[in-house]
Amino acid sequence: MKATLHRRKVVEDLLSSRKNLLVVAGLGSTTWDITAAGDHPLSFPTWGAMGQAAMMGLGLALAQPKRRVLVITGDGEMLMGLGSLATIGVQRPKNLTVVVIDNERYGETGMQTTHTASGIDLAAIAKACGFKNSKVVTKNVDLRKMVHQISGPNFLQIKVIAEKLPLVLPPQDGVLLTRRFRQALLGSAA
Amino acid sequence: MQPWADDVHRELKRAGVSVVGYVPDAGHKRLIELCRADKGMRAVVLTTEEEGIGLAAGAWLGGAKSALLMQSSGVGNTVNVLGLLKTCGLPLTMIVTMRGEAGEFNSWQVPMGQGTQAAFETMGVKVTRASSAEEVAPLVASALKSETATAVLISQKVIGIKSFQDQTSQ
Repeated sequence: MKATLHRRKVVEDLLSSRKNLLVVAGLGSTTWDITAAGDHPLSFPTWGAMGQAAMMGLGLALAQPKRRVLVITGDGEMLMGLGSLATIGVQRPKNLTVVVIDNERYGETGMQTTHTASGIDLAAIAKACGFKNSKVVTKNVDLRKMVHQISGPNFLQIKVIAEKLPLVLPPQDGVLLTRRFRQALLGSAA
Repeated sequence: MQPWADDVHRELKRAGVSVVGYVPDAGHKRLIELCRADKGMRAVVLTTEEEGIGLAAGAWLGGAKSALLMQSSGVGNTVNVLGLLKTCGLPLTMIVTMRGEAGEFNSWQVPMGQGTQAAFETMGVKVTRASSAEEVAPLVASALKSETATAVLISQKVIGIKSFQDQTSQ
């Protein structure tokens, strides 16, 4: 089935009226996507550590059990850290949602196909790993209830069009990104 | 059996560590049990050591201190993501039980054991080494206090595993 959703619109909708949401974005296109939706101190865009976005979300969700945590990452980044789905399945944090923006491509390296292009079903893997809710999304539906309210861990694999878009870059200074996130979240305790 | 583990656990408590990532290891058996039994700590079993770096980074963003327990063989699995600690200035105390040193019975453990310290140092992680059981807890305490990326290596002679029988009976 041919994908019809546009990734930037999907991410913009996920982050609209974000309230107290804490966000981690995986290396590559999803880091540009969340920035295109509006840079925010409580967004942590990664420029490296490929494969660790979901684990960073887990650490954040365990440290902040009263806040909702959203990981937005790509299919290639998620494939590099599949074990983390099993690790999250053991901990079962209710406040964590992992969203994979799945264009079935490695967008930063020449649009080579990823495993999902051959039918590898990330949502089924997440379900088998104990995620409470897990599904493939192919249509334009409001997902904010899943992100903000429904008890997790939740997993959404959102099929999007493989398109090459202008880069929208967040700050690259990791110390700055870390400090501003902690200050916005923890205030003077940071 | 691993009497140093109780002292290390006490130091983790004192420093306010609330998230402990680990990959199971015979040398860490006692410490893992203590952390799992501690209601003030979330012990997170990992499928591979690099997950522990991501976990620690997320926990730190959320205001929680963490520690990571692993065997030297797993250090190689973390190398690329160790860069995250340096790039973002993240503190993390990693407690590493050594294999591949004097008394090693499994030659396949030797290359990574011999390369462990260099791998950490290549990625900008400070390394300290406990050669006796008494040294472990004080080194962990100072690593925690320094709030830097630090690995405390526990020599194989402290762990005292000399055979497969030892390993399974730990």
